[in-house]
Amino acid sequence: MTTTTPPTGPLALPSGEEPRRNPLGAFARPTATAGWRSWMTSVDHKRIGIMYGAASLFFLLIGGFEALLIRVQLAQPDGQLLSADAYNQIYTMHGTTMIFLVVMPIGAAFMNYLIPLQIGARDVAFPRLNALSFWTFMGGGIVLNSSWLLGGGADGGWFNYAPNNGVVFSPSHGIDFWNMGLLITGIASLVGAINLIVTCLNLRAPGMTFFKMPVFTWMGLVTQFLLLFAIPVLTAAQFLLLFDRLFGARFFDTSAGADPLLWEHLFWIFGHPEVYIMILPAFGVISEIMPTFSRKPIFGYPFMIFSGIAIGFMGWGVWAHHMFASGVGPLSVAAFSVSTMFIAVPTGVKIFNWLATMWGGRLKFSAPMLYSVGLVTMFTIGGLSGVTHAVAASDTQQTDTYYIVAHFHYVLFGGALFGFIGGWYFWWPKVFGYVLNDRVGKVNFWILLIGFNLTFGPMHILGLQGMPRRIYSYRDGYGFNLWNFVSTVGAFIIAVSFLIFFWNIVRSRRAHVRSGATMVADPWDARSLEWSVPSPTPAHNFDVVPTIRRLDDFWHRKYQEDAGGKLVRVATSEEVAQPGNGEGVHLPSPSYWPLVLSAGFPFVAWGLIFNLWLCLVGGILVVAAIYGWVLEPSTAPEAHRGSDDHDPDDHPAPTDDGAAATPEEAALVD
Amino acid sequence: MTDATITEPEATEHHDDGHGHASDVLYMKVAAGLAVLTGMEVAWPYLIDDGPVLMFPLLIVMAIKFVIIAAFFMHLKFDSKILSRVFYSGLGLAVGVYIIALLTFRVFEGQV
Amino acid sequence: MTETTLSDELDDARALEQRSERAAAYADGPDGHDHHATNTGISNPKLAMWVFLGSECLLFGGLISTFLLYKHNNQAGGPTPHELYDIELTSISSFVLLMSSLTMVLAVSAIQRGEHSRLRLWLATTAILGATFIAGQVYEFQVFVKEGLGFTTNAAGSAFFALTGFHGVHVSLGIVMLLSALVLSLAGRIPQARAEAVEIVGLYWHFVDVVWVLIFTVVYLIP
Repeated sequence: MTTTTPPTGPLALPSGEEPRRNPLGAFARPTATAGWRSWMTSVDHKRIGIMYGAASLFFLLIGGFEALLIRVQLAQPDGQLLSADAYNQIYTMHGTTMIFLVVMPIGAAFMNYLIPLQIGARDVAFPRLNALSFWTFMGGGIVLNSSWLLGGGADGGWFNYAPNNGVVFSPSHGIDFWNMGLLITGIASLVGAINLIVTCLNLRAPGMTFFKMPVFTWMGLVTQFLLLFAIPVLTAAQFLLLFDRLFGARFFDTSAGADPLLWEHLFWIFGHPEVYIMILPAFGVISEIMPTFSRKPIFGYPFMIFSGIAIGFMGWGVWAHHMFASGVGPLSVAAFSVSTMFIAVPTGVKIFNWLATMWGGRLKFSAPMLYSVGLVTMFTIGGLSGVTHAVAASDTQQTDTYYIVAHFHYVLFGGALFGFIGGWYFWWPKVFGYVLNDRVGKVNFWILLIGFNLTFGPMHILGLQGMPRRIYSYRDGYGFNLWNFVSTVGAFIIAVSFLIFFWNIVRSRRAHVRSGATMVADPWDARSLEWSVPSPTPAHNFDVVPTIRRLDDFWHRKYQEDAGGKLVRVATSEEVAQPGNGEGVHLPSPSYWPLVLSAGFPFVAWGLIFNLWLCLVGGILVVAAIYGWVLEPSTAPEAHRGSDDHDPDDHPAPTDDGAAATPEEAALVD
Repeated sequence: MTDATITEPEATEHHDDGHGHASDVLYMKVAAGLAVLTGMEVAWPYLIDDGPVLMFPLLIVMAIKFVIIAAFFMHLKFDSKILSRVFYSGLGLAVGVYIIALLTFRVFEGQV
Repeated sequence: MTETTLSDELDDARALEQRSERAAAYADGPDGHDHHATNTGISNPKLAMWVFLGSECLLFGGLISTFLLYKHNNQAGGPTPHELYDIELTSISSFVLLMSSLTMVLAVSAIQRGEHSRLRLWLATTAILGATFIAGQVYEFQVFVKEGLGFTTNAAGSAFFALTGFHGVHVSLGIVMLLSALVLSLAGRIPQARAEAVEIVGLYWHFVDVVWVLIFTVVYLIP
């Protein structure tokens, strides 16, 4: 009180209050807003979404390389490139990588970026937990792939059936890496699911009722519920496996009378919802693209939503169709056969709704639309072969043949990935502020489509000819030669199409920089809220959180019915879009703790495999980070000083139960 | 005047109930009830040898205890319905899928 | 038709007006946080905890199912857990855990009324009761190992120790949370307005208790 010294510049608050220092004092709060450091500590859902996308593209390169190795090995009879052991590792890691480190995180990328924007929120409910999800996911991916350097990858298939997953049959540490890596990505998925569910339930803009949420957000919500309930089942199974492999438990030890079907059941109770976890976000993506490029609202919005929910529910009742050949008994086979046929119904509803959306629309086949149509057609082919698996008698013939491989690549690559690539073309301007070249995108699409069908189409024939999955070579004279060769050629065409995609990113960016043009908010004349903010999206998302009055509110601000009931434009996109002025908006502050906390998990994993002392290191990191996190306010007191005409903390902190998690409580969630 | 003074505290009490702050006395009653149920559970196997007569009452009492704790101690009875929906959908799903899985192992045969 | 369009436009104008009102409120509002009220009326952390508990059901379900599948499986030799149970001991520790739920709920109700010393008393009591339960479990495990049933003896042993051990770890984490809350309260960081933080710890604690209600019946009482 006696001193009259003016508050020392940068740290003083307008109220004169001393800034609270970090109690542990280990780190000053990160403040960078640009550069790699700002990305490492970011809690912005958009940056986290971008990082998810970039990471999954990186893993796509790894998984794609593994796929090419497989195809080269099988291009001719008696392939010599890989040994049987190496082949087992490669195909196992290809499947695991593509599912857990590519398709799932691409979905997470879209959901992280788009859900808050589509429901009119400034961020997710728990920004720091969001960062934790991403970095934990990266940690899991690193543990999984570190196996290549530390004694070889998992070799039991992505499902790692018991008892093959035991130390007796797989003595290397590969499966331990698989197990630990996926336990860690499981933590990431679970935290992400809780976060996005709470976001969807709690942070919708005024007027945004559940049935005004865009279809993508809906599919995202269903996906997150599936993750929420499916991941713990896998986690339980993986803990049992971990105890078996590392501590000598007897869960899957057939010599101790264990039942190998226990693993299969647990794995597929998780594994079948997992299928929908991968495909539903892609369904959501094309449900946004198709109306935009058909210039019509989505046909049968409630049917789209309810069929999505129905898929989510029914996805839990069909898992044993993965086990028809395992001896689960005739009653189970019959019951699961029937339930599997039923699940084709809501999926069919969706297909017809997309067709009806296009019917009579003013179609514009830009690149995103091409990929969407690609999804509908390719997924339908995969769905039809799926129905043939539902018939148990025919499935018995197809089990463990390339017919199955063909089927799931048609639904996951032809379905999920086609949709996601379409989504990249569609939302690229919103995320990065420039449009990917459409002509290159179309070329990209056709090359991908041809390569895709050349690769996986012949696998139907190979499978029906009796070629088994997971064999590392085949002899001449079985009639497999031609189609395997065609398939390998196709795989390289797919690789070329991805190179074109990467080239397109670079090329379009250069063209954009050269032209010096600024990106408009709404390049496609689109329908949902994310197009009402500038491109690229400003850090604060919305200047003003919009009030929602109907489905596709943003579209209806641009178009209204005239006297004849015809839609006419009443405003340009520029008139209704927000200018992107974030003055007075408080955003959660960046934090080191999510990164530190995530960094602990890989050490625990490596420690369990190699040396328990390493576990201690990891454990200390985790515990220290949790307490650092708890004691750190979610919004730094000194944040947003200056640009702001009032003090962010002039209300008592404890009553703040708003969008950003209060520190103690946020930490309790994990 | 008198009427007003009498009704006022009642009104506030009612208001409190609406906000769902169950009183400590209620909690203690609930705990006493749970203790009695636990005692019955422990005593039952001493009275009955084996078979469905042993098992089903135990399972029913277990379910009752579960619901009471969730409803009162965890406040589901007083809180927004959405919490019950989220929690019980997870619980229901778990019970459903795992019972079906165990049925395929014929775990319950010979017990029921 | 024209009239509807006109009224639509009016509505739009009103909506715009509302928006700018909201904008004004946003810029000059008392605290500048526009998400003060959530759509469901439940705070984010509390909703998150319930969502998390929903998913925990699936985790424990998997472990309980594994136990049910293997509970009589001692093909690798050794006794089964059912031959070794000490129901009296387990009943007492179950009762202790059940009562810890009562003390937990009393702690929550104390802080909701702003009674800090009572909060601390009940938090400490709850933690002690939890620790008693864990001590009983450690004792039980020791006895089992002494009588020849270890984690690796047979499938039934593995399933038993995995399930009850998992639950024990959950209880221990709960104790750590309770003690952390106690320390935070002593440091004055849990004012009455933040009673919800204690409530959320309580939700976790009750869940752990409720899982034990299942385990006690399914694992111990039913042969």
